[in-house]
Amino acid sequence: MAEPVLAVSGLVKSFGALRATDTVDLDLRPGEIHALIGPNGAGKSTLINQIAGALRPDAGTIRFAGEDITQLGVAERARRGLGRTFQVSSLAPEFSALRNVMLAVQAVSGSSFRFFRPVMGDARLTGPAMAALERVGLAERARIPAAELSHGERRQLEIAIALALGSKAFLLDEPMAGMGPEGSKRLTGFLDGLRAEAPILLVEHDMNAVFALADRITVLVYGKVIASGSVEQIRRDPAVRKAYLGEGA
Amino acid sequence: MQLALVIEQLLNGLQLGVMLFLMAAGLTLIFGVMGLINLAHGSLYMVGAFACAAVAAWTGSFWLGLVASLAAAAAAGAVVELLVVRRLYGRDHLDQVLATFALILVFSEGTRWLFGSFPLYLDIPPLLSGAVSLPGGSQYPLYRLAIIGVGILVAVGLYLLISRTRLGMRIRAGESDREMIAALGVDVATLYTLVFALGAALAGLAGAMVGAIQSVQVGMGEPVLILAFVVIVIGGIGSIRGALVGALLVGVVDTLGRFLLPQLFGLFMAPSQAGLVGGALASMLIYVVMALILAFRPRGLFAGEV
Amino acid sequence: MRGRETIIGIALMALLLVVPAVASQAGEPFYVTLATRIAILALAATGLNIALGLGGLVSFGHAAFFGVGGYVAGILAAHAMSMEPILLGIPGTKQMLVIWLVALAAGGLLALAIGAISLRTTGVYFIMITLAFAQMVYYFAVSWPAYGGEDGLPILLRNQFPGVNTLKPLPFFLICYVLLAAGLAFFALLRGSRFGAALQASRQNDTRLAAVGIAPYRVRLAAFVISGAITALAGALFADLNRFVSPSMLSWQMSGELIVLIILGGVGRLSGPVVGAIVYVVLEYVLGGITERWQLFLGLVLLVVVLFARGGLIGLVAGRARHG
Repeated sequence: MAEPVLAVSGLVKSFGALRATDTVDLDLRPGEIHALIGPNGAGKSTLINQIAGALRPDAGTIRFAGEDITQLGVAERARRGLGRTFQVSSLAPEFSALRNVMLAVQAVSGSSFRFFRPVMGDARLTGPAMAALERVGLAERARIPAAELSHGERRQLEIAIALALGSKAFLLDEPMAGMGPEGSKRLTGFLDGLRAEAPILLVEHDMNAVFALADRITVLVYGKVIASGSVEQIRRDPAVRKAYLGEGA
Repeated sequence: MQLALVIEQLLNGLQLGVMLFLMAAGLTLIFGVMGLINLAHGSLYMVGAFACAAVAAWTGSFWLGLVASLAAAAAAGAVVELLVVRRLYGRDHLDQVLATFALILVFSEGTRWLFGSFPLYLDIPPLLSGAVSLPGGSQYPLYRLAIIGVGILVAVGLYLLISRTRLGMRIRAGESDREMIAALGVDVATLYTLVFALGAALAGLAGAMVGAIQSVQVGMGEPVLILAFVVIVIGGIGSIRGALVGALLVGVVDTLGRFLLPQLFGLFMAPSQAGLVGGALASMLIYVVMALILAFRPRGLFAGEV
Repeated sequence: MRGRETIIGIALMALLLVVPAVASQAGEPFYVTLATRIAILALAATGLNIALGLGGLVSFGHAAFFGVGGYVAGILAAHAMSMEPILLGIPGTKQMLVIWLVALAAGGLLALAIGAISLRTTGVYFIMITLAFAQMVYYFAVSWPAYGGEDGLPILLRNQFPGVNTLKPLPFFLICYVLLAAGLAFFALLRGSRFGAALQASRQNDTRLAAVGIAPYRVRLAAFVISGAITALAGALFADLNRFVSPSMLSWQMSGELIVLIILGGVGRLSGPVVGAIVYVVLEYVLGGITERWQLFLGLVLLVVVLFARGGLIGLVAGRARHG
């Protein structure tokens, strides 16, 4: 089996008496889409935030591309190729879609501490940024400020930014949330192709998308992993059926 | 070094601390409940001092002056809240800083217009004009002890107000969830005016009490305001307990620093040099303390508590 | 909208050049001094505009940098006059070029120290802490008697610039004007650069900036240092204009005035500081001629601008700011 790109082991995070992450093990292998599902309040976002570096775990380790990144901050993890999208779109609202993506391009293509050369005429920034926008189908909206984009377009823009980062792994936090059926379908097709580029850890409530896309599924309930396996295994797993459907005893 | 001198300086530090607490408590309450940074709080301190001095000069009674200072500062606070500050809730901090900076200009120049540019003097009331013997044999002014006493009373009173009364409950609720208390039928607008006036009254009280040991003049409030900011940063914004601890810490450290640092440098310097270096460093001491606390607790000692 | 703003900016800069030239011809040096004051305050505010306008860092302590620049000019000149070395045999100087470099460095270093601590916090904490640190520098200047303490330090003869008679009002004005133009050009370049993009993104959404791999703290700290350095440069000019430096340059009122200039003009706009400085100095002159209490009216004007005209005065004519 290929070496995992991302490996989480023994992760614990408590908020007061609440164990939001309870000794979680999880990995992400090259070429796969690994879906993380669970009822509301299961601790999915807490887990994603720890992997992205926005929250410090109380215990456990996170390894990425062969290195321990547990102690690194958000920016450093992003520089190493961990590209995330946010559950609620998080963009620079006054900047155009293009400039939002250009920010990612400048982050990976050298320093942000260049004080004079104008960015707008710099093809090394605009070129890759436009390419990323084209891939998600936003090229025509490139000049529109992020604040004026529709909800779905902002979700697409988040993904374009993650693409422009040249990520070695994607953490996608509910990319389908609030998208119409048409948009979800298109995005599903897009993610299907994306996995060849870099593996995806996908948090998603849209079960059609999850079952269509996932190579593996991990189910989180009350901060604990109650099941992990292929789509078929998860469908048949009694613990999962109980958690979601209240079946059995 | 004499014990009596140290005790005296310690008491001076407490007195400064208590006065800073009166300022900081109002500021931190106003920030905690309304999310407003109020630079004009020093102006309300000045209003209290001028009201006290003017009424005391007119009636001959310090006590009537003290009542007037509370009334004038609370009224000025309420008017300012109704006319200006109310429009600033929910605006960004830059707007709040500017509008309240503009209020300082208006208050300062307005006061100059009314009272002229010369300082007023306020006498200590005869009842409190004596001195008390301290252990070690030195004398300490009764009036300063009275200020410390008033500060302790206000601290206890605020604690009871916030933890035991219905108004206090609403204030605490206002800190955590203003939509909710509005939905429960509390008149939020009136609550805010009340809180602002209460904070203003505390500032006015501080100004009046200090007015009797310093001169009463335009611009007296802002240095105290900035010290109160240091207090709040140390204590944690929104926390009354933090304001108390921070105020006493700043008061004592500042006073003792000015007393001890020159002596400390005197151990290995010529006395005149030691006075200069020690004095200059003492004037920076509380800011250094603030920086150190921030290095370890960026949100202050009691962040997130009431 | 940016087009109209540019035209207004260019027109005002031309006006700022023409008025003192004409006044000088007409034998009215007072107006030249007024224009010099405008240019210097606009440069100081342009420095602050980098932190405040682009980075959203509401620094209420920029008087510290302004005053330190002033003291650099005063102290170097004083040592040059008395021929006493400053420290370790380093002599003073009357050369503006050297003084400017030292002022830039001193302002930058002080901003590095203050920023490194203050930028660990955000929002109101940042406002209060910058205010507090500036007050610390103020009290230090007041209580340190070597350079005049509370009374300040005179500069007996204005410092020198090669080939220019700085003692005459118009040549000194031109020096300040050129530095203001350079400061504005620097601001414009910075705003459009990679660094400017990162800085403006840190104001709009620092979570997003970190998520693309750029640490907001470092960007903000660098901006704060640049900002402090430019404001210190303006401070050195200001001391030379008044031939005097005192703790009042370090006071909280000075910090407030610098913010007011930017707000009057328009936050984050290139020409905001110029508009603000012109309005401020002219108001001071006109109202100050009518009443001693002109600051009362300034306060009222400011209240109206903050409560009702949020884009600043330029915003009223040129429309709301569009960044990007």
